[in-house]
Amino acid sequence: MTETATSDALALVLKVNGADRELQIDPRVTLLDALRDHLGLTGAKKGCDRGQCGACTVLVNGRRVYSCLTLAAAHDGDRIATIESLSAQELRSVQAAFVEHDAFQCGYCTSGQIMSTVALLDEMSAGAASAVTPRLTGPIELTDDEIRERMSGNVCRCGAYPNIVAAVRAVAGES
Amino acid sequence: MLPFSYTRAADGDAAIAAGALPGAKFLAGGTNLVDLMKGGVEAPQALIDISRLPLAGISALQQGGVRIGALARNSDTADHPVIRSRYPLLSRALLSGATPQLRNAATVGGNILQRTRCHYFYDPGFQMCNKRNPGSGCAALEGHNRMHALFGASAHCVATHPSDMCVALSALDALVRLRSAAGERAVAMLDFHRLPGDEPHIETRLVPGELIVSVDLPASSFVKHCAYLKVRDRASFAFALVSVAIALDVREGLIHEARIAMGGVAHKPWRAFGAEQLLVGAPVDAAPFAEAAGAAVEGARALKHNAFKIDLARRAVLRALRIAQS
Ligand SMILES: Cc1cc2nc3c(=O)[nH]c(=O)nc-3n(C[C@H](O)[C@H](O)[C@H](O)COP(=O)(O)OP(=O)(O)OC[C@H]3O[C@@H](n4cnc5c(N)ncnc54)[C@H](O)[C@@H]3O)c2cc1C
Ligand code: FES
Ligand code: FES
Repeated sequence: MTETATSDALALVLKVNGADRELQIDPRVTLLDALRDHLGLTGAKKGCDRGQCGACTVLVNGRRVYSCLTLAAAHDGDRIATIESLSAQELRSVQAAFVEHDAFQCGYCTSGQIMSTVALLDEMSAGAASAVTPRLTGPIELTDDEIRERMSGNVCRCGAYPNIVAAVRAVAGES
Repeated sequence: MLPFSYTRAADGDAAIAAGALPGAKFLAGGTNLVDLMKGGVEAPQALIDISRLPLAGISALQQGGVRIGALARNSDTADHPVIRSRYPLLSRALLSGATPQLRNAATVGGNILQRTRCHYFYDPGFQMCNKRNPGSGCAALEGHNRMHALFGASAHCVATHPSDMCVALSALDALVRLRSAAGERAVAMLDFHRLPGDEPHIETRLVPGELIVSVDLPASSFVKHCAYLKVRDRASFAFALVSVAIALDVREGLIHEARIAMGGVAHKPWRAFGAEQLLVGAPVDAAPFAEAAGAAVEGARALKHNAFKIDLARRAVLRALRIAQS
């Protein structure tokens, strides 16, 4: 990518949910707005738009980030996965657990919660630690404390937290 | 956000040249800079994206130290096997900060240079802020200041540095390696951030266009006896009211060396050197921890709303010392 004059449109390609998507956008556009407003993928939600709620959580190159705090321009060529990309299988099991455990009320935070749940499972299998992990060496058990800490980047305004923990516990138990 | 140009730096030299131009800013993870741009606090004319420069590695140094590339993500640093096993204090401090989503984006260099969370700084609706608007005054001095500094503040600024990672780096005597057109140099973490004095808008020793390239840690003798304790308004996803990093080098039951650093209490990570000295030579199972904790808050100066933080800091130091003891 070459330099642009101030806020001229930039050309970039995002590999969104497995397909190359070409965009011409102003460098001010966040990844979240690119997904929602330019690509019509409204699964990622805009809660705070300031990195404080998690509603906009997506995976970039397989890792969860807040799409509202990163510029689309910085992601030329990156693989982006939104909730629309979850395989029927993944979506079914995580969604089913959220339904079964009544892990939402309004549902606005839910797509972010589900993307975080998917990422949490990957992070657990990679052996990632958290602030509440008792020992940094050796295997890590996914206790409720661990789930709460690892899901703490997703705020739920309706306060469905105990049920979200139960849903994550159930999905983790299956996988 | 005001308009700006966006350039991805091809290499370090290109970044340094572009970053030295007036109005230019480096973009790493963007988690602080993009937020501040949205709020109208920062308005760079040119963003130089350094996030893909090859500075994300973590590698062993001779004599047992480790070099952490400035673009290593906070999550990768916290989870690196060498950091987890030899610098657990740093892992703990990193994992205490922000959230998994933020740590996946945030870099080591960006974390060091993140700006204060003082509400008056963050909200351009307030005209007064000597950081945003040098010479305008400090709204926090007489305003809501329960989060603000206990040490090293001035009549011009009472803001704190919000980083958790930097508190551990300061306890571990890290070196920050910098690169500019003039060459490379290294600055101790302890000296990297400045106290506010009468120029609170000048926050670090970095000169325009200078790039942080790595953070170097000396060989660690603090693996067994260390602790990071963070006290905040909620259990997770909040900045520290007070945080404490403790590192004790214990040899044959005696404290050979002690490090005590506090976060959330000053314009920079705050080392309690006097308190550290009280512990040297003491048996670790009968060390004068209470005296050291008292000494750690000596010289603290309360503002209108933050006096509670003095006792909180003292108790946090005491509790963290006890955790590190065992
Ligand atoms: C909601 C929220 C909660 C948070 N909670 C915490 C917390 O509890 N504890 C904590 O410690 N932090 C917390 N953070 C802050 C977070 O750690 C920082 O935003 C992050 O570390 C910044 O890194 P970055 O790579 O995203 O920096 P950027 O935003 O990209 O950059 C920040 C600054 O550093 C400069 N810069 C970046 N890299 C370099 C380099 N290599 N050389 C020279 N200049 C450089 C940039 O120009 C910019 O001025 C929180 C942030 C948010 C949004
Ligand atoms: S919308 Fe991104 S974190 Fe709230
Ligand atoms: S279900 Fe309403 S915000 Fe979480």
